[in-house]
Amino acid sequence: MTGTQATTRDLHRLLSRITGDEKHEPSATSTLDVLWVLYDRILRVDPQTVDDPQRDRFLLSKGHGPAAFYAVLAAKGFIPVDWLDDLGGTDSRLGFHPDRTLIPGVEISSGSLGHGLGLGIGMALGLRAQGLLRPRVFVLLGDAELDEGSNHEAIAYAGAVGLDSLTAVVVDNQSATHGWPGGIASRFAVNGWAASTVDGRDHDALQRALGEPAAGTNRPRVVVATVERKW
Amino acid sequence: MVSPMRDEFIATATALVDEDPRVAVVVADISADQFGGAARHHPDRVINVGIREQLLIGVTGGLAQTGLRPIAHTYAPFLVERAFEQVKLDLDHQGGGAILVSVGASYDSSQVGRTHHAPGDVALIDTLTDWTVHVPGHPAEVEPLLRAAVTHDGSVYVRLSTQANAAPHDGYGLVPVRRGRSATIVAVGPMLDPVLAATEGLDVTVAYTHTPRPFDKAGLRALVSGADTADVVLVEPYLAGTSAAAVADALAAVPHRLLALGVTRTDSRRYGSVEDHARFHGLTPDRLRDSIGRFLPA
Repeated sequence: MTGTQATTRDLHRLLSRITGDEKHEPSATSTLDVLWVLYDRILRVDPQTVDDPQRDRFLLSKGHGPAAFYAVLAAKGFIPVDWLDDLGGTDSRLGFHPDRTLIPGVEISSGSLGHGLGLGIGMALGLRAQGLLRPRVFVLLGDAELDEGSNHEAIAYAGAVGLDSLTAVVVDNQSATHGWPGGIASRFAVNGWAASTVDGRDHDALQRALGEPAAGTNRPRVVVATVERKW
Repeated sequence: MVSPMRDEFIATATALVDEDPRVAVVVADISADQFGGAARHHPDRVINVGIREQLLIGVTGGLAQTGLRPIAHTYAPFLVERAFEQVKLDLDHQGGGAILVSVGASYDSSQVGRTHHAPGDVALIDTLTDWTVHVPGHPAEVEPLLRAAVTHDGSVYVRLSTQANAAPHDGYGLVPVRRGRSATIVAVGPMLDPVLAATEGLDVTVAYTHTPRPFDKAGLRALVSGADTADVVLVEPYLAGTSAAAVADALAAVPHRLLALGVTRTDSRRYGSVEDHARFHGLTPDRLRDSIGRFLPA
Protein backbone atom coordinates (compact mmCIF):
# COMPACT_ATOMS: atom_id res chain seq x y z
CA MET A 1 0.00 0.00 0.00
CA THR A 2 2.83 2.37 -0.75
CA GLY A 3 0.55 4.37 -3.04
CA THR A 4 -1.91 4.85 -0.25
CA GLN A 5 0.84 5.89 2.14
CA ALA A 6 2.04 8.47 -0.36
CA THR A 7 -1.52 9.71 -0.67
CA THR A 8 -1.91 9.94 3.06
CA ARG A 9 1.30 11.97 3.25
CA ASP A 10 -0.13 14.20 0.53
CA LEU A 11 -3.33 14.63 2.50
CA HIS A 12 -1.41 15.51 5.63
CA ARG A 13 0.47 18.10 3.60
CA LEU A 14 -2.89 19.58 2.52
CA LEU A 15 -4.14 19.35 6.10
CA SER A 16 -1.11 21.26 7.28
CA ARG A 17 -2.09 24.13 5.02
CA ILE A 18 -5.32 24.50 6.97
CA THR A 19 -4.78 26.68 9.99
CA GLY A 20 -6.96 28.00 12.76
CA ASP A 21 -8.83 24.77 13.41
CA GLU A 22 -6.94 23.55 16.44
CA LYS A 23 -10.05 23.11 18.53
CA HIS A 24 -11.41 20.54 16.14
CA GLU A 25 -8.22 18.79 15.21
CA PRO A 26 -8.82 15.36 16.79
CA SER A 27 -12.18 14.92 15.09
CA ALA A 28 -10.80 16.27 11.83
CA THR A 29 -8.14 13.63 11.54
CA SER A 30 -10.30 10.78 12.86
CA THR A 31 -12.29 10.97 9.64
CA LEU A 32 -9.35 11.31 7.26
CA ASP A 33 -9.04 7.69 6.14
CA VAL A 34 -12.78 7.11 5.85
CA LEU A 35 -13.15 10.25 3.75
CA TRP A 36 -10.27 9.29 1.52
CA VAL A 37 -11.60 5.79 0.86
CA LEU A 38 -15.05 7.18 0.12
CA TYR A 39 -13.83 9.77 -2.36
CA ASP A 40 -11.04 7.63 -3.83
CA ARG A 41 -12.80 4.30 -4.16
CA ILE A 42 -16.54 4.45 -3.48
CA LEU A 43 -18.42 7.63 -4.31
CA ARG A 44 -19.61 8.13 -7.87
CA VAL A 45 -19.09 11.86 -7.89
CA ASP A 46 -16.33 14.11 -9.20
CA PRO A 47 -15.89 17.83 -9.75
CA GLN A 48 -17.75 17.59 -13.07
CA THR A 49 -20.81 15.82 -11.64
CA VAL A 50 -21.55 17.78 -8.47
CA ASP A 51 -24.98 18.72 -9.88
CA ASP A 52 -25.72 15.45 -11.69
CA PRO A 53 -28.93 13.89 -10.32
CA GLN A 54 -27.31 10.46 -10.71
CA ARG A 55 -24.36 11.24 -8.44
CA ASP A 56 -23.87 9.59 -5.10
CA ARG A 57 -24.45 11.91 -2.13
CA PHE A 58 -22.02 12.26 0.74
CA LEU A 59 -23.26 14.10 3.81
CA LEU A 60 -20.76 15.09 6.51
CA SER A 61 -23.29 15.12 9.31
CA LYS A 62 -21.07 16.01 12.21
CA GLY A 63 -19.60 19.04 10.46
CA HIS A 64 -17.06 19.50 13.22
CA GLY A 65 -13.44 19.37 12.25
CA PRO A 66 -13.93 19.55 8.51
CA ALA A 67 -10.20 19.99 7.85
CA ALA A 68 -9.89 16.42 6.58
CA PHE A 69 -12.99 16.89 4.43
CA TYR A 70 -11.61 20.06 2.89
CA ALA A 71 -8.25 18.42 2.33
CA VAL A 72 -9.91 15.51 0.50
CA LEU A 73 -12.07 17.87 -1.56
CA ALA A 74 -8.92 19.77 -2.54
CA ALA A 75 -6.99 16.60 -3.32
CA LYS A 76 -9.81 15.42 -5.58
CA GLY A 77 -10.15 18.76 -7.35
CA PHE A 78 -13.53 19.88 -6.01
CA ILE A 79 -12.01 23.05 -4.56
CA PRO A 80 -8.78 24.95 -5.27
CA VAL A 81 -5.95 23.99 -2.98
CA ASP A 82 -5.28 27.60 -2.07
CA TRP A 83 -8.70 27.83 -0.42
CA LEU A 84 -7.12 25.77 2.38
CA ASP A 85 -4.90 28.69 3.36
CA ASP A 86 -7.72 30.84 4.69
CA LEU A 87 -9.93 28.70 6.89
CA GLY A 88 -12.61 30.82 8.53
CA GLY A 89 -11.32 34.08 7.05
CA THR A 90 -13.54 37.03 6.25
CA ASP A 91 -13.83 36.16 2.58
CA SER A 92 -13.18 32.44 2.85
CA ARG A 93 -15.59 29.88 1.52
CA LEU A 94 -14.30 27.37 4.06
CA GLY A 95 -15.71 27.83 7.54
CA PHE A 96 -15.05 25.86 10.69
CA HIS A 97 -18.30 24.16 9.64
CA PRO A 98 -19.04 23.63 5.94
CA ASP A 99 -21.72 25.52 4.02
CA ARG A 100 -23.17 23.72 1.01
CA THR A 101 -24.01 26.97 -0.72
CA LEU A 102 -20.35 28.07 -0.65
CA ILE A 103 -18.41 24.89 -1.47
CA PRO A 104 -18.77 22.84 -4.67
CA GLY A 105 -19.52 19.20 -3.92
CA VAL A 106 -20.70 19.74 -0.37
CA GLU A 107 -24.21 18.29 -0.05
CA ILE A 108 -25.27 19.74 3.31
CA SER A 109 -24.37 22.62 5.55
CA SER A 110 -23.59 21.04 8.89
CA GLY A 111 -22.05 21.69 12.27
CA SER A 112 -25.03 21.33 14.58
CA LEU A 113 -24.98 17.65 15.50
CA GLY A 114 -27.72 15.25 14.55
CA HIS A 115 -29.05 16.70 11.31
CA GLY A 116 -27.36 14.65 8.59
CA LEU A 117 -29.15 11.35 8.97
CA GLY A 118 -32.64 12.88 8.68
CA LEU A 119 -31.58 14.91 5.67
CA GLY A 120 -29.96 11.84 4.14
CA ILE A 121 -33.12 9.81 4.58
CA GLY A 122 -35.09 12.57 2.87
CA MET A 123 -32.61 12.60 0.00
CA ALA A 124 -32.76 8.82 -0.36
CA LEU A 125 -36.58 8.94 -0.38
CA GLY A 126 -36.61 11.85 -2.82
CA LEU A 127 -34.25 10.11 -5.24
CA ARG A 128 -36.30 6.92 -5.11
CA ALA A 129 -39.54 8.85 -5.68
CA GLN A 130 -38.05 10.25 -8.88
CA GLY A 131 -36.91 6.87 -10.16
CA LEU A 132 -33.24 7.64 -9.45
CA LEU A 133 -32.34 4.22 -8.14
CA ARG A 134 -28.60 4.28 -8.82
CA PRO A 135 -27.35 6.94 -6.38
CA ARG A 136 -26.35 5.90 -2.90
CA VAL A 137 -26.53 8.26 0.05
CA PHE A 138 -23.71 8.17 2.60
CA VAL A 139 -23.91 9.97 5.94
CA LEU A 140 -20.83 10.32 8.12
CA LEU A 141 -21.45 10.67 11.85
CA GLY A 142 -19.35 10.57 14.98
CA ASP A 143 -19.89 8.29 17.95
CA ALA A 144 -20.52 11.27 20.23
CA GLU A 145 -22.93 12.73 17.68
CA LEU A 146 -25.15 9.71 18.30
CA ASP A 147 -25.96 11.28 21.67
CA GLU A 148 -28.39 13.53 19.78
CA GLY A 149 -31.86 12.00 19.91
CA SER A 150 -32.68 13.02 16.37
CA ASN A 151 -30.37 10.24 15.14
CA HIS A 152 -32.48 7.66 16.91
CA GLU A 153 -35.63 8.89 15.21
CA ALA A 154 -33.79 8.42 11.93
CA ILE A 155 -32.23 5.04 12.76
CA ALA A 156 -35.58 3.54 13.75
CA TYR A 157 -37.41 4.88 10.69
CA ALA A 158 -34.80 4.00 8.04
CA GLY A 159 -34.61 0.47 9.38
CA ALA A 160 -38.38 0.09 9.49
CA VAL A 161 -38.83 1.07 5.84
CA GLY A 162 -35.73 -0.77 4.59
CA LEU A 163 -34.04 2.21 2.99
CA ASP A 164 -31.34 0.27 1.20
CA SER A 165 -29.74 3.17 -0.70
CA LEU A 166 -28.64 4.67 2.64
CA THR A 167 -25.31 3.95 4.28
CA ALA A 168 -24.31 5.51 7.59
CA VAL A 169 -20.65 5.62 8.54
CA VAL A 170 -19.99 6.16 12.22
CA VAL A 171 -16.41 7.13 12.99
CA ASP A 172 -15.91 5.83 16.51
CA ASN A 173 -13.09 7.50 18.43
CA GLN A 174 -14.83 6.75 21.72
CA SER A 175 -15.57 10.37 22.43
CA ALA A 176 -19.18 9.96 23.59
CA THR A 177 -19.30 11.09 27.22
CA HIS A 178 -21.39 8.17 28.42
CA GLY A 179 -20.24 5.66 25.83
CA TRP A 180 -22.31 3.06 23.99
CA PRO A 181 -22.35 -0.10 26.12
CA GLY A 182 -22.92 -3.08 23.85
CA GLY A 183 -21.44 -1.27 20.90
CA ILE A 184 -22.64 1.22 18.34
CA ALA A 185 -23.47 -1.32 15.64
CA SER A 186 -26.08 -2.95 17.86
CA ARG A 187 -28.12 0.26 18.00
CA PHE A 188 -28.56 0.07 14.25
CA ALA A 189 -28.80 -3.71 13.94
CA VAL A 190 -31.72 -3.97 16.33
CA ASN A 191 -33.58 -1.60 14.02
CA GLY A 192 -32.99 -3.76 10.97
CA TRP A 193 -29.81 -2.24 9.58
CA ALA A 194 -27.01 -4.37 8.13
CA ALA A 195 -24.14 -3.51 10.44
CA SER A 196 -20.41 -4.02 10.30
CA THR A 197 -17.52 -2.75 12.38
CA VAL A 198 -14.12 -2.22 10.78
CA ASP A 199 -10.74 -0.64 11.45
CA GLY A 200 -11.21 2.98 10.47
CA ARG A 201 -7.57 3.24 9.35
CA ASP A 202 -7.61 0.13 7.11
CA HIS A 203 -8.43 1.32 3.61
CA ASP A 204 -9.12 -2.11 2.16
CA ALA A 205 -11.39 -3.07 5.03
CA LEU A 206 -13.26 0.20 4.67
CA GLN A 207 -13.61 -0.34 0.93
CA ARG A 208 -15.06 -3.82 1.42
CA ALA A 209 -17.53 -2.57 4.02
CA LEU A 210 -18.60 0.47 2.01
CA GLY A 211 -18.80 -1.17 -1.40
CA GLU A 212 -21.92 -2.09 -3.34
CA PRO A 213 -24.38 -4.07 -1.24
CA ALA A 214 -25.63 -7.41 -2.45
CA ALA A 215 -28.77 -7.00 -4.55
CA GLY A 216 -32.10 -7.25 -2.80
CA THR A 217 -30.93 -6.74 0.74
CA ASN A 218 -33.57 -4.06 1.38
CA ARG A 219 -31.80 -2.81 4.47
CA PRO A 220 -29.89 0.37 5.21
CA ARG A 221 -26.27 -0.21 6.11
CA VAL A 222 -24.05 1.10 8.87
CA VAL A 223 -20.28 0.84 8.92
CA VAL A 224 -18.73 1.60 12.30
CA ALA A 225 -15.17 2.73 11.65
CA THR A 226 -13.15 2.47 14.83
CA VAL A 227 -10.12 4.68 15.27
CA GLU A 228 -7.81 5.52 18.15
CA ARG A 229 -9.38 7.13 21.22
CA LYS A 230 -9.79 10.85 21.05
CA TRP A 231 -7.76 11.22 24.27
CA MET B 1 -64.67 15.29 8.77
CA VAL B 2 -61.80 16.50 10.93
CA SER B 3 -62.40 20.24 10.60
CA PRO B 4 -63.27 22.28 7.52
CA MET B 5 -59.86 23.88 6.89
CA ARG B 6 -58.01 20.66 7.61
CA ASP B 7 -60.37 18.77 5.27
CA GLU B 8 -59.70 21.32 2.55
CA PHE B 9 -55.96 20.94 3.08
CA ILE B 10 -56.07 17.14 2.94
CA ALA B 11 -58.26 17.14 -0.19
CA THR B 12 -56.06 19.71 -1.93
CA ALA B 13 -52.76 18.06 -0.98
CA THR B 14 -54.14 14.69 -2.09
CA ALA B 15 -55.09 16.19 -5.45
CA LEU B 16 -51.70 17.89 -5.78
CA VAL B 17 -49.82 14.64 -5.20
CA ASP B 18 -51.89 13.16 -8.04
CA GLU B 19 -51.38 16.08 -10.38
CA ASP B 20 -47.79 17.09 -9.76
CA PRO B 21 -44.94 14.56 -9.56
CA ARG B 22 -42.85 17.09 -7.62
CA VAL B 23 -45.24 17.28 -4.68
CA ALA B 24 -44.65 15.10 -1.62
CA VAL B 25 -46.51 15.00 1.69
CA VAL B 26 -44.69 14.19 4.92
CA VAL B 27 -46.59 13.55 8.13
CA ALA B 28 -45.81 12.35 11.63
CA ASP B 29 -48.90 10.19 12.34
CA ILE B 30 -51.17 13.26 12.58
CA SER B 31 -53.62 13.11 9.61
CA ALA B 32 -51.91 9.90 8.41
CA ASP B 33 -55.26 8.09 8.21
CA GLN B 34 -56.74 10.87 6.09
CA PHE B 35 -53.81 10.60 3.70
CA GLY B 36 -54.13 6.80 3.57
CA GLY B 37 -55.60 6.73 0.06
CA ALA B 38 -52.94 9.07 -1.28
CA ALA B 39 -50.26 6.95 0.37
CA ARG B 40 -51.55 3.81 -1.34
CA HIS B 41 -51.47 5.50 -4.74
CA HIS B 42 -48.16 7.29 -4.20
CA PRO B 43 -46.20 5.38 -1.54
CA ASP B 44 -42.95 7.10 -2.53
CA ARG B 45 -44.33 10.62 -2.11
CA VAL B 46 -46.74 10.31 0.81
CA ILE B 47 -44.52 9.55 3.77
CA ASN B 48 -45.43 8.94 7.40
CA VAL B 49 -42.36 8.91 9.65
CA GLY B 50 -44.27 8.05 12.83
CA ILE B 51 -44.24 10.31 15.87
CA ARG B 52 -40.86 11.82 15.00
CA GLU B 53 -41.00 15.55 14.38
CA GLN B 54 -37.27 16.17 14.07
CA LEU B 55 -37.22 13.52 11.37
CA LEU B 56 -40.38 15.00 9.83
CA ILE B 57 -38.52 18.21 9.05
CA GLY B 58 -35.19 16.54 8.31
CA VAL B 59 -36.82 14.29 5.71
CA THR B 60 -38.66 17.31 4.32
CA GLY B 61 -35.36 19.14 3.93
CA GLY B 62 -33.77 16.15 2.20
CA LEU B 63 -36.68 15.78 -0.22
CA ALA B 64 -36.38 19.46 -1.11
CA GLN B 65 -32.68 18.98 -1.87
CA THR B 66 -33.55 16.38 -4.50
CA GLY B 67 -35.89 18.80 -6.26
CA LEU B 68 -39.24 17.73 -4.84
CA ARG B 69 -41.74 20.19 -3.34
CA PRO B 70 -42.50 18.73 0.09
CA ILE B 71 -45.46 19.61 2.29
CA ALA B 72 -44.87 18.77 5.97
CA HIS B 73 -47.82 18.70 8.31
CA THR B 74 -48.68 18.21 11.96
CA TYR B 75 -49.88 20.21 14.97
CA ALA B 76 -48.35 23.66 15.22
CA PRO B 77 -46.40 23.12 18.47
CA PHE B 78 -44.75 19.98 17.09
CA LEU B 79 -44.19 21.34 13.59
CA VAL B 80 -42.68 24.70 14.51
CA GLU B 81 -41.62 24.61 18.14
CA ARG B 82 -40.46 21.07 18.78
CA ALA B 83 -38.53 20.87 15.52
CA PHE B 84 -37.53 24.50 15.26
CA GLU B 85 -33.82 23.91 14.81
CA GLN B 86 -34.62 21.53 11.97
CA VAL B 87 -36.78 24.23 10.39
CA LYS B 88 -33.92 26.70 10.76
CA LEU B 89 -31.11 24.41 9.58
CA ASP B 90 -32.61 21.59 7.49
CA LEU B 91 -34.72 24.01 5.44
CA ASP B 92 -33.44 27.59 5.66
CA HIS B 93 -29.73 27.01 6.13
CA GLN B 94 -29.61 24.35 3.40
CA GLY B 95 -31.07 26.90 1.01
CA GLY B 96 -34.08 24.66 0.45
CA GLY B 97 -37.72 25.62 0.68
CA ALA B 98 -40.72 23.65 1.84
CA ILE B 99 -44.36 24.12 2.74
CA LEU B 100 -45.24 23.63 6.40
CA VAL B 101 -48.93 23.25 7.16
CA SER B 102 -50.05 23.30 10.77
CA VAL B 103 -53.31 22.63 12.52
CA GLY B 104 -54.18 23.51 16.10
CA ALA B 105 -53.72 27.26 15.77
CA SER B 106 -53.15 29.02 19.11
CA TYR B 107 -55.92 27.70 21.38
CA ASP B 108 -57.92 25.64 18.87
CA SER B 109 -57.25 22.66 21.14
CA SER B 110 -58.92 24.56 23.96
CA GLN B 111 -59.71 21.57 26.15
CA VAL B 112 -56.29 19.99 25.75
CA GLY B 113 -54.15 22.65 27.37
CA ARG B 114 -50.85 24.41 26.85
CA THR B 115 -49.01 21.40 25.42
CA HIS B 116 -51.00 21.75 22.19
CA HIS B 117 -51.01 25.54 21.96
CA ALA B 118 -48.41 27.39 19.88
CA PRO B 119 -49.41 31.04 19.63
CA GLY B 120 -45.72 31.90 19.11
CA ASP B 121 -45.45 30.00 15.82
CA VAL B 122 -45.53 32.98 13.48
CA ALA B 123 -43.14 34.92 15.74
CA LEU B 124 -40.70 32.02 15.48
CA ILE B 125 -41.05 31.83 11.70
CA ASP B 126 -40.34 35.57 11.72
CA THR B 127 -36.81 34.86 12.99
CA LEU B 128 -36.07 33.07 9.69
CA THR B 129 -35.43 34.37 6.17
CA ASP B 130 -38.04 35.27 3.54
CA TRP B 131 -40.92 33.05 4.59
CA THR B 132 -44.42 33.49 3.23
CA VAL B 133 -47.03 33.03 5.96
CA HIS B 134 -50.64 32.23 5.11
CA VAL B 135 -53.33 32.42 7.79
CA PRO B 136 -56.55 31.56 5.95
CA GLY B 137 -59.70 32.95 7.49
CA HIS B 138 -62.07 30.56 5.75
CA PRO B 139 -61.84 26.98 4.45
CA ALA B 140 -62.40 28.17 0.88
CA GLU B 141 -59.18 30.20 1.10
CA VAL B 142 -57.06 27.11 1.75
CA GLU B 143 -57.00 25.50 -1.69
CA PRO B 144 -55.87 28.53 -3.71
CA LEU B 145 -53.19 29.36 -1.14
CA LEU B 146 -51.81 25.82 -1.16
CA ARG B 147 -51.93 25.59 -4.94
CA ALA B 148 -50.03 28.86 -5.22
CA ALA B 149 -47.45 27.59 -2.73
CA VAL B 150 -46.47 24.54 -4.82
CA THR B 151 -45.74 26.67 -7.88
CA HIS B 152 -42.47 27.98 -6.44
CA ASP B 153 -39.63 26.73 -4.25
CA GLY B 154 -39.78 29.29 -1.45
CA SER B 155 -40.52 28.70 2.22
CA VAL B 156 -44.20 28.79 3.13
CA TYR B 157 -46.01 28.37 6.45
CA VAL B 158 -49.74 27.73 6.26
CA ARG B 159 -51.55 28.10 9.59
CA LEU B 160 -54.91 26.31 9.61
CA SER B 161 -57.49 26.89 12.32
CA THR B 162 -60.87 25.63 13.45
CA GLN B 163 -61.78 29.30 13.78
CA ALA B 164 -63.13 30.89 10.61
CA ASN B 165 -64.99 33.86 9.24
CA ALA B 166 -68.48 33.43 7.80
CA ALA B 167 -67.28 34.03 4.25
CA PRO B 168 -63.98 33.88 2.33
CA HIS B 169 -62.26 37.11 1.33
CA ASP B 170 -59.47 38.26 -0.94
CA GLY B 171 -56.51 38.67 1.36
CA TYR B 172 -53.32 39.08 -0.66
CA GLY B 173 -51.91 42.21 0.92
CA LEU B 174 -54.08 44.41 3.12
CA VAL B 175 -57.52 44.47 1.53
CA PRO B 176 -60.05 46.98 2.91
CA VAL B 177 -63.31 45.35 3.92
CA ARG B 178 -64.76 48.47 5.53
CA ARG B 179 -63.73 52.09 4.98
CA GLY B 180 -63.46 54.78 7.64
CA ARG B 181 -61.27 57.73 8.59
CA SER B 182 -60.34 57.64 12.26
CA ALA B 183 -58.04 54.58 12.31
CA THR B 184 -56.75 51.61 10.32
CA ILE B 185 -57.44 48.19 11.75
CA VAL B 186 -55.63 45.16 10.34
CA ALA B 187 -57.40 41.84 10.91
CA VAL B 188 -55.47 38.65 10.16
CA GLY B 189 -57.24 35.43 9.13
CA PRO B 190 -60.06 34.34 11.43
CA MET B 191 -59.89 37.61 13.39
CA LEU B 192 -61.84 39.44 10.65
CA ASP B 193 -65.36 38.62 11.76
CA PRO B 194 -64.69 39.43 15.45
CA VAL B 195 -63.07 42.71 14.36
CA LEU B 196 -65.99 43.62 12.08
CA ALA B 197 -68.40 42.95 14.93
CA ALA B 198 -66.25 44.87 17.40
CA THR B 199 -66.00 47.96 15.19
CA GLU B 200 -69.63 48.10 14.06
CA GLY B 201 -70.61 51.76 13.88
CA LEU B 202 -67.03 53.06 14.29
CA ASP B 203 -65.52 55.31 11.62
CA VAL B 204 -62.53 53.04 10.94
CA THR B 205 -61.00 51.16 8.06
CA VAL B 206 -60.85 47.42 8.55
CA ALA B 207 -58.36 45.69 6.26
CA TYR B 208 -58.07 41.94 5.92
CA THR B 209 -55.14 39.71 5.09
CA HIS B 210 -54.68 35.97 4.95
CA THR B 211 -51.02 36.52 4.08
CA PRO B 212 -49.30 38.46 6.88
CA ARG B 213 -45.83 37.59 5.50
CA PRO B 214 -44.52 39.26 3.58
CA PHE B 215 -46.33 42.07 5.37
CA ASP B 216 -47.97 44.53 2.96
CA LYS B 217 -46.04 47.61 4.07
CA ALA B 218 -46.93 49.69 1.02
CA GLY B 219 -50.57 48.77 1.50
CA LEU B 220 -50.48 49.90 5.11
CA ARG B 221 -48.88 53.22 4.18
CA ALA B 222 -51.59 53.77 1.56
CA LEU B 223 -54.37 53.01 4.02
CA VAL B 224 -52.87 55.26 6.69
CA SER B 225 -52.35 58.10 4.22
CA GLY B 226 -56.05 57.95 3.39
CA ALA B 227 -57.13 58.25 7.03
CA ASP B 228 -57.34 61.27 9.34
CA THR B 229 -54.91 59.70 11.80
CA ALA B 230 -51.96 57.33 11.71
CA ASP B 231 -53.56 55.22 14.42
CA VAL B 232 -53.15 51.52 13.63
CA VAL B 233 -54.63 48.50 15.38
CA LEU B 234 -53.30 45.01 14.68
CA VAL B 235 -55.56 42.10 15.55
CA GLU B 236 -53.74 38.81 15.04
CA PRO B 237 -54.85 35.27 15.94
CA TYR B 238 -51.37 34.42 17.23
CA LEU B 239 -49.00 36.10 19.69
CA ALA B 240 -49.88 39.76 20.27
CA GLY B 241 -47.38 42.08 18.64
CA THR B 242 -46.02 39.56 16.15
CA SER B 243 -46.40 42.09 13.32
CA ALA B 244 -45.58 45.16 15.40
CA ALA B 245 -42.05 45.37 14.00
CA ALA B 246 -43.40 45.17 10.45
CA VAL B 247 -45.80 48.03 11.16
CA ALA B 248 -43.01 50.09 12.74
CA ASP B 249 -40.88 49.48 9.68
CA ALA B 250 -43.71 50.33 7.27
CA LEU B 251 -44.44 53.59 9.10
CA ALA B 252 -40.88 54.51 10.04
CA ALA B 253 -41.29 57.91 8.39
CA VAL B 254 -44.78 58.54 9.78
CA PRO B 255 -45.51 59.56 13.37
CA HIS B 256 -48.04 56.93 14.39
CA ARG B 257 -49.61 55.03 17.24
CA LEU B 258 -50.01 51.26 17.34
CA LEU B 259 -52.19 48.95 19.40
CA ALA B 260 -51.16 45.33 18.87
CA LEU B 261 -53.76 42.79 19.95
CA GLY B 262 -53.51 39.03 19.81
CA VAL B 263 -52.92 36.02 22.00
CA THR B 264 -51.21 36.96 25.26
CA ARG B 265 -48.14 35.27 26.75
CA THR B 266 -50.13 33.99 29.71
CA ASP B 267 -50.46 30.23 30.16
CA SER B 268 -54.04 30.42 31.34
CA ARG B 269 -54.00 26.83 32.68
CA ARG B 270 -57.68 26.75 31.74
CA TYR B 271 -59.70 24.38 29.58
CA GLY B 272 -63.14 25.14 28.18
CA SER B 273 -64.13 26.28 24.71
CA VAL B 274 -62.33 28.23 21.98
CA GLU B 275 -64.72 31.07 22.84
CA ASP B 276 -63.56 30.90 26.46
CA HIS B 277 -59.93 31.23 25.37
CA ALA B 278 -60.75 34.10 23.04
CA ARG B 279 -62.20 35.83 26.10
CA PHE B 280 -59.13 35.02 28.25
CA HIS B 281 -56.98 36.74 25.62
CA GLY B 282 -59.31 39.68 24.98
CA LEU B 283 -60.19 38.60 21.45
CA THR B 284 -64.00 38.38 21.62
CA PRO B 285 -65.92 41.19 19.86
CA ASP B 286 -66.89 42.90 23.12
CA ARG B 287 -63.36 42.74 24.55
CA LEU B 288 -61.87 43.93 21.25
CA ARG B 289 -64.32 46.84 21.19
CA ASP B 290 -63.24 47.83 24.72
CA SER B 291 -59.55 47.74 23.81
CA ILE B 292 -59.98 49.58 20.52
CA GLY B 293 -62.31 52.13 22.14
CA ARG B 294 -59.74 52.94 24.83
CA PHE B 295 -57.00 53.31 22.20
CA LEU B 296 -58.86 55.61 19.83
CA PRO B 297 -59.24 59.33 20.67
CA ALA B 298 -62.63 60.08 22.20
